[in-house]
Amino acid sequence: MATYDGVFDTLGLRAWCDASGNDGPMSMADLMARTGGDDAGAGSLRDLPFPSLDALHEACGAIPQSRDLTLGLEQGFLAIRDGLRIVIDPLTQPLSWMLSDMIWVMTSTPWWIVIPALLLLAFFVARSWKVVGFVAATLGLLAFIDHFEPAMETLAIIFVCAFICVLFGVPIGIAMSRSDRMQRIGIPILDMLQTLPPFVYLIPLIFLFSVTEPKLYGIAIILYAIVPVIRLTDLGIRLVDQSVVEAADAFGMTSRQKLFGVQIPLALPNIMAGVNQTIMMSLAMVVIASLVSAPGLGVLVLRGIRNLELGVGLVAGLGIVMIAILLDRVTKAALARVDASQSSR
Amino acid sequence: MTNQVKVSIRHLYKIFGDDPVTAMEAVGEGMSKADLLETHNHVLGLRDINVDIRETEITVIMGLSGSGKSTLIRHFNRLIEPTAGEVLVDGENILEWDEARLRQMRRETMSMVFQKFALLPHRTVLDNAGLALATRGRKRKDYEAEAERWLERVGLGGLGGQFPHQLSGGMQQRVGIARALTSNAPIMLMDEAFSALDPLIRTDMQDLLIELQGELRKTIVFITHDLDEALKLADHLVILNDGAVVQQGEPQHILLNPADAYIADFVADIYRARVLRARSVMRTEPVDGEIAGEIDHNDNLESVIEKAEGSLSPRFRVMRDGKPVGTLLMPDIMRALVPRKAEHAA
Ligand SMILES: Nc1ncnc2c1ncn2[C@@H]1O[C@H](COP(=O)(O)OP(=O)(O)OP(=O)(O)O)[C@@H](O)[C@H]1O
Ligand SMILES: [Mg+2]
Repeated sequence: MATYDGVFDTLGLRAWCDASGNDGPMSMADLMARTGGDDAGAGSLRDLPFPSLDALHEACGAIPQSRDLTLGLEQGFLAIRDGLRIVIDPLTQPLSWMLSDMIWVMTSTPWWIVIPALLLLAFFVARSWKVVGFVAATLGLLAFIDHFEPAMETLAIIFVCAFICVLFGVPIGIAMSRSDRMQRIGIPILDMLQTLPPFVYLIPLIFLFSVTEPKLYGIAIILYAIVPVIRLTDLGIRLVDQSVVEAADAFGMTSRQKLFGVQIPLALPNIMAGVNQTIMMSLAMVVIASLVSAPGLGVLVLRGIRNLELGVGLVAGLGIVMIAILLDRVTKAALARVDASQSSR
Repeated sequence: MTNQVKVSIRHLYKIFGDDPVTAMEAVGEGMSKADLLETHNHVLGLRDINVDIRETEITVIMGLSGSGKSTLIRHFNRLIEPTAGEVLVDGENILEWDEARLRQMRRETMSMVFQKFALLPHRTVLDNAGLALATRGRKRKDYEAEAERWLERVGLGGLGGQFPHQLSGGMQQRVGIARALTSNAPIMLMDEAFSALDPLIRTDMQDLLIELQGELRKTIVFITHDLDEALKLADHLVILNDGAVVQQGEPQHILLNPADAYIADFVADIYRARVLRARSVMRTEPVDGEIAGEIDHNDNLESVIEKAEGSLSPRFRVMRDGKPVGTLLMPDIMRALVPRKAEHAA
């Protein structure tokens, strides 16, 4: 005798309940309830269970159990999976190519070309010899302890993912800054992307693609890391001094001239801060993504955990920290440069 | 001596809020600004403004904070859309214009100078000065000389390579003026252009403006909340209060004939001897008696009192372009120096 039997009886739903009533496979909870239910005094208010799916199911077979919910979700996803794949697969295929090509380029080119090339890049972005020196020392140390190749794999993934984040994130941020409606729609999605634990992204992606495809981790990283660049582009453009925008209007600028001549340049420090955060978040995610076959330093960390190889894990972890500092220094230097050339405000 | 009307504002209303049309009906029936805010929760920005801006004159619009000056000047180039009324530029109603036409007017016919300068911080002084021309699609080398010339003219020669934040406030506003002049637009809108500057720099800038105007003969709309500045610059003075025009006309005339107690109060603290001119106080009908000397019609009363050495008896012949136009009697000067109560105003 279940607690909510009476409710269904008085509502006259008994026939409906029993018609489809089936005592499907008994769950562990059912068993527990059944054994426990005997000595619990019926009618005691203290033991009144919350009218949850499981509790109601006990009284009325027509109501599904809560595990049917998760099961249904899974089946629903599997049902649309093939359709989804037909659309998403070709769309995201270039990402796979970009990732594998970039990894190939950065690991198979001799170190004496890769390192100078990276230093040159660091100089172009940061325009500071101090930063270049720091990058050289970091890369040298990583190579010295034979972690050069995984470090390059990690960097390659970050370059590709951060590039795509900026490519899509900045225009999305601009769109959000220009329409309040877009912003109202966009912000909850960004909030969700940011608060979902990173592992949760991986689950549906694993169902969608095969685990060996690079785009699997590529998409996971991009979804996670694109948030700050969108947010800060939107914010940056909205924060542009309205009197300057008004002056642009008063001198007859088209909205295009205004966007590229005034709003984006003035929002640049904020956009750059967003890019910096995006890069740092892709690094965080690239480590987690090693669970789904992303190569790089994360794999070594994972090995450390799986095989309890303390030293391997710690050294790889240190390598990640070094790469994080390196990326942060370079992008912050670029940010400072933009800031300095702009204003005293 | 009246010039052609360049811009004309007709029955202009502006109501801020979600549903200005309904609020407009209430205002049409004569609801006051305070009542409108209370019952409809709408702000009455401007009420039935009628102003003519004449060519080559400086029209000063003045009023206290919140009186609607900035709102009004932004209607001249339609940065703000009115709730009702017309804005005629060279006889055409700009409210009927499409975006492209309006943009062309902003590029070629009207330029603007802002209280907070509103320079582009990421562009050099030269690029800022050339903004209007660059916006029209001219290449840098085409407008460089022009921008340089105007920078020179406002006293910033050689600073073209600096960035705005490297300049002082006064210098930044000179860039703002150079930017407006480089556009070569016949109409110049200035929204409290000198209010953010300290008093000495401000006087300099006013002198600069008067000097430039003597040479360029632009049509200028100048906003200020400072009566001294208004009286110094204005050919035509418009006084706003709570979004409505209280009185407009020749500044000397307003000073001598305040329309109501508000204006009388407003002008009460002015140092009249320095502001009032001989032409506003003189008698044009023939006066018998001995003439002690000749003065120019634009001399202020202070200089006349000085010339009379404090005596009340001398009479002066007022001259304009070498011809006598009237006679100035000392008792008239004394009377003019006492602020007139609105009730006594003619
Ligand atoms: N966008 C707006 N929404 C609502 N009310 C507004 C808006 N802009 C201006 N107002 C109101 O309109 C009135 C006039 O404002 P305006 O800025 O034109 O005054 P002002 O004379 O320029 O004052 P100040 O000397 O402070 O610049 C004020 O009561 C203000 O609160
Ligand atoms: Mg204002």
